[in-house]
Amino acid sequence: MNSNTKNIKKLIIDQSLQLDCGKKIEGFSLAYETYGNLNKKKNNAILVFHALTGDQFAANINPITKKDGWWTFAVGPGRAIDTNKYFVICANVLGGCMGSFGPTEINPDTNKMYGTTFPVITIKDIVKAQKFLLDHLGIKKLLAVAGGSMGGMQVLQFVSLYPNMAHSAIPIACSASHSAQNIALNELGRQAIMADPNWKRDDATPDKGLAVARMAAHITYLSKQGLQEKFGRKLQDKGSLKFSFDADFQIESYLRYQGSAFVDRFDANSYLYITRAMDYFDLEKQFNGNLSCAFENTKSKFCVISFSSDWLYPTSENKEIVIALNACGANVGFVEINSDKGHDSFLLNLPEFLKTLGEFISSTYNEVNNEKRI
Amino acid sequence: MKKEFKVIAQIIQNNKRVLDVGCGDGTLMEYLKKNQKNDVRGLEPKKDLVQQCISKGLSVIEGNAEKELIQFPEKSFDYVVLSQTLQAFIYPKEVLNQLLRIGKQTIVSIPNFGYWKVRLHLLFKGTMPVTTNLPNEWYNTPNLHMCTIQDFVNFCNNKNIKIDKSMCLTNEKISEITNKNMKYKNIFSQLGIFLIE
Repeated sequence: MNSNTKNIKKLIIDQSLQLDCGKKIEGFSLAYETYGNLNKKKNNAILVFHALTGDQFAANINPITKKDGWWTFAVGPGRAIDTNKYFVICANVLGGCMGSFGPTEINPDTNKMYGTTFPVITIKDIVKAQKFLLDHLGIKKLLAVAGGSMGGMQVLQFVSLYPNMAHSAIPIACSASHSAQNIALNELGRQAIMADPNWKRDDATPDKGLAVARMAAHITYLSKQGLQEKFGRKLQDKGSLKFSFDADFQIESYLRYQGSAFVDRFDANSYLYITRAMDYFDLEKQFNGNLSCAFENTKSKFCVISFSSDWLYPTSENKEIVIALNACGANVGFVEINSDKGHDSFLLNLPEFLKTLGEFISSTYNEVNNEKRI
Repeated sequence: MKKEFKVIAQIIQNNKRVLDVGCGDGTLMEYLKKNQKNDVRGLEPKKDLVQQCISKGLSVIEGNAEKELIQFPEKSFDYVVLSQTLQAFIYPKEVLNQLLRIGKQTIVSIPNFGYWKVRLHLLFKGTMPVTTNLPNEWYNTPNLHMCTIQDFVNFCNNKNIKIDKSMCLTNEKISEITNKNMKYKNIFSQLGIFLIE
């Protein structure tokens, strides 16, 4: 990883945060970005949560990677989350590597990076850290909290922790408790990193291991049909098989590229910590096996969205959330969007998805403003 | 909004919780929410209609009533509405039981197969009836279990389902069904609307 994160927006949080692991942190930084303007009533703020490998740069061009932000299809002027209308906040998660307190930070006691001495963090810790940011910005109630994948988990944790802080909640392509399959896939990635001889060394980074982790994970973000249609058995810049282990097939070359591009912008230890946080996420267990209790006091209006070809966070797992919400009488809508793009669908330009997302938020915005008038 | 929905809306008291099963594009839900301050939810199997509802700010869940109703707690709604869909389920009796479990009261409307045009169609043409209310051919109709107003009333009586209100609709005209006019209404009504519990 060779990102320079010095010039990005950061909030230094003076208060202490008690982590789930038992440790306490204070004076820690949270890097964030905002888009659009907060209105006078302060009722147009939307907190967007990023997924495993995302960061605070949801929209526009990411100033560090110089590439499009991870949710540019959804966030921006005239987009579903319209920055002409709403004030969008996105923070780099605790444990991340884009300026927030994470394993790449220098430990003042040792003058070395925290690395694997960084405390294990949870989705709850990640969400609590972002609450400090909202307090700092003076936002008492959000118009919406939204996010896909791990971002969706944060949505669920947020409404559970702060039942009266968001008018609406949009958990997308996620689950209320990480499945065995997903833990297994995360473990595969972690083991790839840990198997790299450069892991835990001061003078090198486990780039190979991280790249393999990314390659494996990337496959899980797509669908069989999507892969087949895009790549099939097409060969990479060659007319015939080379009888070697070079990247003969386009899909191999594509994955190798995904892996190598990823190590430039991501830290291997952050990857370990954040995947761990996802694995530990079990909202049902937080409420003694009854997921409904997590939403018992919620005032938020929910819109749960899943994608038909997502096998990482399948519709059935998203529906568990809907069922729990219905069981406690919460206000919930649910739709499965048809897509052959797999889990990654939530990051892509899918008109049906973006229309539903945008119009749901816009209808909430109208309701909130009409309420105020009465 | 069609007359049937107006009749249903009139039955529903203001400020109550309503579940619209098979809510379509949410026309009835929107009316109830805006005009009667009802707290409304919907269930609809068609994706595009669910998306339309969500876009309008209506809380609608995509799903099939035969599978999804189980998740709603007992008596969690003041009214459950099922408009002209009962006959399309594979297991209408089970669906009806679920509706009665979830709602304190249930409003069910059924296209009346005893309507005179339907009877004459079969009698004289000798083919399966196709009318304004039943526009499909035998091979593509979603309706698996057609019944008459009389059938439905008999069913309720047999199953000890209390009928609080029975109305019927003919050419946009609404009237009450009583024991006395039952035979007549079963011939001359296109639609039966029942409030049951």
